[in-house]
Amino acid sequence: MAPPLIECRDLTRVYRMGGGEVRALDGVSLSIEEGEYVAIMGASGSGKSTFMNLLGALDRPTSGSLRVAGAATESMGPDQLAAFRNRTIGFVFQQFNLLARTSAEDNAALPLLYSGLPSAERKKRARARLTQVGLGDRMDHHPSQLSGGQQQRVAIARALVNDPRILLADEPTGALDSQTTVEVLGIFDRLNAEGITVILVTHEQDVADHARRQIVFRDGRVLEDRR
Amino acid sequence: MNFMSAVSVALLALRVNLLRSVLAMLGIIIGVSAVIAMVSVTEGAKRAMEERIASFGANLLVIRPGSSAFGGRRSGAGTATFLTDADVEAIRNEIPGIVAVAGEMSGSQPLVVAGENWTTNVQGVHADYFEARDWFVESGRAFTPAEVRSGARVIMIGRTVATELFGAADPLGQTVRVGTVQMEVIGIMAPKGQSSWGTDQDDTVFAPITTTRSRLLGYQLGVRDPVFTIYAEVAPGTNISHAVADLEELLRIRRNIQPGAEDDFSVNNLAEFIRARNETETQLGVLLAAAAVISLLVGGIGIMNIMLVSVTERTREIGLRLAVGARRADVRNQFLIESVVLCVTGGIAGMAIGVAGAYGIGNLGGFPVSIHPAIAGIAIGAAVFVGLFFGFYPAHRASRLDPIEALRFE
Repeated sequence: MAPPLIECRDLTRVYRMGGGEVRALDGVSLSIEEGEYVAIMGASGSGKSTFMNLLGALDRPTSGSLRVAGAATESMGPDQLAAFRNRTIGFVFQQFNLLARTSAEDNAALPLLYSGLPSAERKKRARARLTQVGLGDRMDHHPSQLSGGQQQRVAIARALVNDPRILLADEPTGALDSQTTVEVLGIFDRLNAEGITVILVTHEQDVADHARRQIVFRDGRVLEDRR
Repeated sequence: MNFMSAVSVALLALRVNLLRSVLAMLGIIIGVSAVIAMVSVTEGAKRAMEERIASFGANLLVIRPGSSAFGGRRSGAGTATFLTDADVEAIRNEIPGIVAVAGEMSGSQPLVVAGENWTTNVQGVHADYFEARDWFVESGRAFTPAEVRSGARVIMIGRTVATELFGAADPLGQTVRVGTVQMEVIGIMAPKGQSSWGTDQDDTVFAPITTTRSRLLGYQLGVRDPVFTIYAEVAPGTNISHAVADLEELLRIRRNIQPGAEDDFSVNNLAEFIRARNETETQLGVLLAAAAVISLLVGGIGIMNIMLVSVTERTREIGLRLAVGARRADVRNQFLIESVVLCVTGGIAGMAIGVAGAYGIGNLGGFPVSIHPAIAGIAIGAAVFVGLFFGFYPAHRASRLDPIEALRFE
């Protein structure tokens, strides 16, 4: 059997602030297989965002081990981490984080700028992904000309443009109304059905219900892990 | 990220905040344009000055006897300090690179024609004088070496004298009484205008030096064939300081000056005047360079300030770029390129304004303006340097941001 896509043992992240220590993550061990659809839940301060940052190689653990897609991110330098994020991870954020005054196409193509592809190829892939999320007719629109749901779909197209193995979504529906929440979650469902591992952080139960596995954090530990 | 896409990202970022970008460039624009305008106007003034000097004769050596009151000169009985025709001939024959050499002696004399009189300086000269001074007759002819040898009673008159004595009539062939001697006008000199010390050079009369000596300036000078001044023209391209050294050596021998004793004559040349002027210009250049450095410094600080604001404002964008795979160097280069693009745009605008300003000042004040082509390269080069230097710190700061903190930044 192939090793799990994500495997962590005794994962700990300690922040030092104002002389004291905050154990944001305290000895977490779990594994996630390729193709899973996982919701990570917990109150604020429970450690779920720290866990996400570690999975996304935005941060490195204080101790413990973490293997993501066969890579030990704790031993990588900053440039290796950047390349890893570029190729392996697709990020979706609560606030979309699109570049203002930049077309949907250019926004979606942003990660390709850092993978050294020629301009024509970047355009082609961005257009394909935008079409995939249903924005084929909005390529040249700027974020200010798009609704919240459309903006989040541009962000999803951006996350997908590099064919990542893992889609990490941090409260992807937090800024959306219920109608568009359903649309966006529908896209995640479909992407997962196509084989991409989807991990989303949320505190809403009905969002989490889309996932087939729910991991609940509290005080830096896994409280519950139900499938 | 390749260079061209980085430049297009930078241009986009600058366009988004167009007014702010222009304001940030203002320091560079003003600095570059002021320096270019100043340099062009001073360069033009320098050229004009050089042309005037060339018209007088940069290759002209002027030899005069030393002042007898100075120099510890051993003046034996009967030897005078005057130079002589023999010196003129010696210079002509022994100094290499001399094109023309002529002696001159002059004095004020009344001129009289029927019904008019005028007093002016009569210069007795050798025939080579006109060649040496680069000053020729406009109409009629100059006297010949033979006429000089024979002491012919002929004169050439300056434009002012012609007007004063003859008005609109043609002076050629007319007879003028110079002092007590009747002399024939054979030529009219081309107008020369004012000298650099403000006298009217056309208010003069030229006569063969022999005629002047024997008939007009009847001094007992105690020396045979004296001249007051020798003018020697050096061939173009000749090393003037070598010619001066040769001349000085020759005259020291001829005038029997002991080794170690001071010269009792002087050899002057406009090149020295030019050198002195060049020194002044060097100082002016240093001042201009200081002004350029200060204005670029001020401009650069403006750029740095705006880049720091831009980095802070775009913290989330930086976080996003880092999250989707930008390396720290990519982020740093992006902001460095923005800063350089900002400065170079400012530099080009400043250059355009500076060139226009220089012509404007030139037209307004009637100065000549000279724009050196290298100035474009220097302006752009300086702008790139300022962009890199003052953009580095903000760019470095951007590249050190923590992606998690940056993404959370409100």
